[in-house]
Amino acid sequence: MNAPDDLRYTKEHEWVKVEGNVATIGITDHAQSQLGDIVYVEFPGQGETVTKSDSFGVVESVKAVSDCYAPVSGKVVEVNDSLTDSPETLNEDCYGEGWLLRVEMSDPAEIEDLMDQKQYIAFVAEETA
Amino acid sequence: MERRNSKSLSDTNQRTNEPTYQRTDSSYQRTACGATGLVLEEPTLFEQSVPGRRGISLPAIDVPAFNPCEAFGDLVRDKAPELPELAESDVARHFTRLSTRNFSKDLGFYPLGSCTMKYNPKIANKVAAMPGFADTHPFQPLSSVQGNLRICYELERWLCEITGMNAATLWPAAGSHGELTGMLMIRAYHTARGNPRSKVLIPDSAHGTNPASAVTCHYDVVTVQSGPDGLLDPKAVAEAMDKEVAAIMITNPNTLGVYEENFKAVADIVHAKGGLVYCDGANLNALMGFVKPGEIGADAMHINLHKTFGTPHGGGGPGAGPVAVSRALEPYLPMPRIAKNGDNYTTISDKPESIGRINTFFGNFGVLLRAYVYIRELGAEGLVGVTKMATLNANYVKARLKDAYDLPYSRPSLHECVFSDKRQNAYGVKTLDIAKRLMDYGCHPPTIYFPLIVHGSIMIEPTETECKELLDEFCDAMLTIASECEKTPELVKNAPSRPFRRRLDEAKAARDAVLKE
Amino acid sequence: MRYLPHTNEEIRKMLAVIGAKDVGDLFSSIPKDHRCNPELNIPGGISEQELWAQMNSIAMKNRTLSCSASFIGAGAYRHYIPAAVSELASRSEFTTPYTPYQPEISQGTLQAMFEYQSQICRLFDMDVSNASHYSGATALADAALMARRISKGRKAIIVPDSVHPEYRRVLESVLCDGDSIRLIPSSCGRVDRAKFAAALDGDVAAAVVQFPNFFGIVEDFRDIADSLHKAGALLIAATPEPIAFGILTPPGSWGADIAAGEGLSLGLPVSFGGPTLGIFTTRDQFTRQMPGRICGKTIDAEGREGYVLTLSTREQHIRREKATSNICSNQTLCATTAAIYLSMLGKEGIRELANINAAKADYLKKTLSAIKGVSIPFEARTFNEFVFETAKPAAELLAKLDAQGIIGGVDLGRFYPDTDQMILVCVTEMNTREEMDRYAQVLAQVVR
Repeated sequence: MNAPDDLRYTKEHEWVKVEGNVATIGITDHAQSQLGDIVYVEFPGQGETVTKSDSFGVVESVKAVSDCYAPVSGKVVEVNDSLTDSPETLNEDCYGEGWLLRVEMSDPAEIEDLMDQKQYIAFVAEETA
Repeated sequence: MERRNSKSLSDTNQRTNEPTYQRTDSSYQRTACGATGLVLEEPTLFEQSVPGRRGISLPAIDVPAFNPCEAFGDLVRDKAPELPELAESDVARHFTRLSTRNFSKDLGFYPLGSCTMKYNPKIANKVAAMPGFADTHPFQPLSSVQGNLRICYELERWLCEITGMNAATLWPAAGSHGELTGMLMIRAYHTARGNPRSKVLIPDSAHGTNPASAVTCHYDVVTVQSGPDGLLDPKAVAEAMDKEVAAIMITNPNTLGVYEENFKAVADIVHAKGGLVYCDGANLNALMGFVKPGEIGADAMHINLHKTFGTPHGGGGPGAGPVAVSRALEPYLPMPRIAKNGDNYTTISDKPESIGRINTFFGNFGVLLRAYVYIRELGAEGLVGVTKMATLNANYVKARLKDAYDLPYSRPSLHECVFSDKRQNAYGVKTLDIAKRLMDYGCHPPTIYFPLIVHGSIMIEPTETECKELLDEFCDAMLTIASECEKTPELVKNAPSRPFRRRLDEAKAARDAVLKE
Repeated sequence: MRYLPHTNEEIRKMLAVIGAKDVGDLFSSIPKDHRCNPELNIPGGISEQELWAQMNSIAMKNRTLSCSASFIGAGAYRHYIPAAVSELASRSEFTTPYTPYQPEISQGTLQAMFEYQSQICRLFDMDVSNASHYSGATALADAALMARRISKGRKAIIVPDSVHPEYRRVLESVLCDGDSIRLIPSSCGRVDRAKFAAALDGDVAAAVVQFPNFFGIVEDFRDIADSLHKAGALLIAATPEPIAFGILTPPGSWGADIAAGEGLSLGLPVSFGGPTLGIFTTRDQFTRQMPGRICGKTIDAEGREGYVLTLSTREQHIRREKATSNICSNQTLCATTAAIYLSMLGKEGIRELANINAAKADYLKKTLSAIKGVSIPFEARTFNEFVFETAKPAAELLAKLDAQGIIGGVDLGRFYPDTDQMILVCVTEMNTREEMDRYAQVLAQVVR
């Protein structure tokens, strides 16, 4: 399973990359492969706030819908608009071009609650067992 | 589809992916020929439109000249709607050609679980088209529609007799609409007692429309886990049950085709805390003459006339979803009610406790009429025979397939049975592939991926109108596919190859969302 | 039983394969105390011939519209149905399939759905249509629920009383919180602008307007659309008679965000009011909030064009309690019928048909209003329906007209207070001038 070692992960299969005070958020390779062909993404607008563990958007495939939960709280500073026109990017490059949001964290300490690569891989192995 | 004797089977086996049956004892063999005959590509109506053509002739205006611009001023449409322009012959050919791309009940086996795709008697359509019924208006004087009112009155009585209920409304247009109606009545019942309550219990094996209907009535859904045997677990219900629970929604037999033997116990638990029992009647075909849900604790039940009572599904509608209710819920039935005074039928529209109207006029009257015809022709014994033969057919298919496909739950089946793709997964083949491959054998696939509690479920409901030969053909096809999964899985994974179209790109459809021309 | 093909010999063979002694054994999972009396109290079965005779005798207890001169509409309009429409729509390839879940073997139904959606969009001048709803009334109720979802938290729906009374009652039942409906009385048969403005505030999700309205009146709603949009609310248009859009401005052109309607006029028999055809359309940006099935175009594994049900993640079988609606089917056969009917009419045909309806209704309106004792209470533009008033109870007049073979319309008093001397009259292409002249003649006698 593909899960880079420089990211943190949630139990709902979102990933976070921290650069300074800004967290980039996306869904994991495991999540995209479980969903299948992704056809639609819905996320908050720039300037809106997200709260840790609350749903901030939706990723849809042909036959499934999945809520996305915020790994951290903060203000949305950028959204990946290109996904609106080509949601398949989420299947093709979920850790790169397929990122969802950039959030200015209000409480960077929240990161500490998230799993690292090893923990996440173990978590997925347990979940799918 | 064409009928051949077994000797000529080899004639059609020229393509490598040609279905080849392993014969059983059928005295003859059908071979699916798919789209190998004279099948024409058909452009859309819009592509065929030629300005100036028309398919209708209208009478000349026999009143003084009329100028719409004068009469309507700025409310006149500036451009005529761009409807396609075709001659009648173009329209006739277009829709006849389209019709040949459909698999239908009249074309073959259609074992769609939970949908009860039985044969639809032709006489019902002939009756519904009689001008005496078709050419009547809902606002005519009641004295001039006594025949229609009699149909409604008697159908309501018969549905109550079949379900063991007290009264019914015929106006919901479909099962889901009936569910909504039933839940609205339950809400009205509790509201009248001071508290509408806030929750509805729904087993995890339920149809998706159950939770959706409950939420539309402002209820929160509490999911109740099935027991290990796939049945409703009275203990789980007792734990979830409290005075905020308005109702439990139960499908019986459940979506596994298994009888809920704890139905009565569960109903008692729910009633003890003042809750009501909603019974999803999607599977009534398994119960007629054996169980009346009203007698074992159900307070409301919708009945899909297009399932149990043989009215045509029409590619998704129109159907009808009457709701039958216990005495407790009768005051809340939607308007109008139909009443009989002596020999005279009339309507009642002013019951103060009623939830109001849930549809215009008299619902899908033409569908009600067909169901009336069906029940009248079969009669009491015929209906019981329906349930017996539906159950015989499902159990026969189950017996023939159980060695080749995984049966996740081993409880006895009534009118349908649920397999999974567990064994075929070993060869990389999934339920979807098996379903698509069945098309190459001239069968409509079963319901797939439902119920959700079975991974990769294959839900088969043959219905009573199918003869043994047809069941054998289906089973032979399923068994052949099971062996194809082992030997030539790619063949199955690339199916179908025979229909008018191969697998369609659903992701592209959802991404591009081209919804009109 | 002719629908049960099993012979005794086959039943025996099948039971042997199952390993059961008799059919009764198959029901062993049903506890004894759940069993009912196996003898249902329903009449015994009869032959097809007897059935036909019996149904004929029941039908004789009805009086068909063609037996009289009929002038009733009120949401169910009688139009001529070309023979080709009924014949094509009754092909069993269209009537006997289920919902097209398996697109490879359902391309006929799917292409017809796609063409229906396209035609309806053009007729209503809207961006997107679903593959149909149950009825005009249920479509309107779902439109109100959709408007609430879009407006996130706003609850109120403004409903003028010129909306079909039965649509309003369905709306009340489905919203099941009566106080969120702001009913505003009409002024002279039209939306009272002052009352509308007073009802519009920050809690309003949408307003519903009907075109033509229940009194047959057509009015300009552009000002209403503007004020709703300024207040962040939506305009929902309802229409009981889409034939009107052959000549009149469609909802998309006057600012409707959701347009719902009843398609019974589009090639379906009146049939005591059903099966109906719910029309549901909206603007592009609200597509994913729309309830019901939708068909979309795509390609197959060989690159050939084809159709599938799409955007299904909105629906109950996937989203369950979060679905956009609890409905899980539609009225495909009625939609197919409408698609056939509309393609028979074509662009010019529907214009001409609408024109004939308006012209004839105008003739009768003028003729009746010239009768002494008959007046037109609402001075307004009307399409194929209008209201007249006399000094006599409507019920009494209608009974007298009925006695002379004229179904004269609908007593407005059955729906509105203080209108029991008003009659709602409908004229379509089915009514001849001769019929209308006779109506006037008889009315002139009985109104005295």
